[in-house]
Amino acid sequence: MTIERLKEIVHKVLPDVDVVIGYRQGFDALHATPFFITKPEEVDELIWGPLCVHNLAAYLPSLTKNKKIAVIVKGCDSRTVNQYLQENLINRENTVIIGIPCSGVISVKKVLKGLGDQPIEAVSGDGDKITVTTSQGDKALSLSEVSPDKCRTCQYPTPLIYDHLAGDPISPDKPAESVYDDVREFEKLSLGERWHYWETELSRCIRCYACRNACPMCICQDKCIAESRDPHWMTQRLNGTEKLMYHMIHALHLAGRCVECEECTRVCPVEIPVAKIKKKINMEMAELFGYKAGVGVEDTPPMFTFKVDEEKIEEHEL
Amino acid sequence: MPVVAGKELRIVGFLCNWCSYGGADTAGVSRFKQPTDLRIIRVPCSGRVDPLFVVKSLLNGADGVLVAGCHPNDCHYSEGNFYARRRLEMLKQFLPYMGIDAKRFHYTWVSASEGARWQQVVSDFTKQVHGLGPLHRKEEASD
Repeated sequence: MTIERLKEIVHKVLPDVDVVIGYRQGFDALHATPFFITKPEEVDELIWGPLCVHNLAAYLPSLTKNKKIAVIVKGCDSRTVNQYLQENLINRENTVIIGIPCSGVISVKKVLKGLGDQPIEAVSGDGDKITVTTSQGDKALSLSEVSPDKCRTCQYPTPLIYDHLAGDPISPDKPAESVYDDVREFEKLSLGERWHYWETELSRCIRCYACRNACPMCICQDKCIAESRDPHWMTQRLNGTEKLMYHMIHALHLAGRCVECEECTRVCPVEIPVAKIKKKINMEMAELFGYKAGVGVEDTPPMFTFKVDEEKIEEHEL
Repeated sequence: MPVVAGKELRIVGFLCNWCSYGGADTAGVSRFKQPTDLRIIRVPCSGRVDPLFVVKSLLNGADGVLVAGCHPNDCHYSEGNFYARRRLEMLKQFLPYMGIDAKRFHYTWVSASEGARWQQVVSDFTKQVHGLGPLHRKEEASD
């Protein structure tokens, strides 16, 4: 059992670190919550399963400067760790990475939608199905039906970087060439339709900045130019231009850095497909520079470097 | 300066101090005829141009944005325009995804001696933006 091996590993590393970051049960049966373990007796509260949706690696940059941290990462989260190392944002010596091969998580939003937003009484899962109990009775949902978009094209079920691995490696079973199919599909729309799509989607944005706060690569946080008055990039006006500008800032600051963890989409309270904006730039990065963020530790992010002769960039004619 | 109604559009140009701004100056000194839609902002290097400058311009009233710098290998700071090339290419491909025509944005290289080339670039780009017309911004009208 993965959870037994996981607890064993946590017990083993706990004496050498200040804190182990994992998951425990949240306020109801459907929600897991990040769990900071400092004492051995807390380890039993640890959980692992498709409910463990958070990207815990996001805690690392603020903590590894002066503390030794162990963190539990899924395959997708491990790209975050790699990207931090590429950008020299964490101290590897202060980081212990506990990897878990993951066969997919759920999207809490999709489950709740499937249930008509009933209060949850119990959740049980077996293999590729989860059964959710509400006052209306049991409802079985297949995992593929309620999985977030990232799981549907997952290329890295096994962590790419780890010190300890809880469980046996899983090989990817989704075709690599179809990862960006949704972007290509969207690009078939006309310019006007695309503009209208984003205008409609982003009109719901309340600029709560949850997508930025949850984003592991948004490391400026309280110095973010979306809130700064000097330089004054954005006003507080509530209009489409400012909303689009904010999302442009987020997307362009993540160019060649977005690790596709889809935390932005997960946390959005008004269900804007925020990650879909970044996915286009990721596709460009793959096509122009053959680069995928967070895949190798030794890679250099494409916007941090250049080539004198760019093979894929051609001069544009007027 | 108010836009001449129906005739002029707003085009913002980010020009590097060492080459393209000099090129524009050469074109002026040589009295080459140029369209007057372009408003030039002088920057120290094309590497200074954050792609967000372009986005901000387009979202806040510009109908087109032109970025010009030294030819690759000729950057005053050796490598600024190489970084610019990567960033601006990324932006050029990204804009249509959000529904903004990539033809509204152009980046190119013009040296200080290329007055004639500058005239050509400005004329062609202005013509291209005129072909597209003003950038539709319904939101601002109701704001």
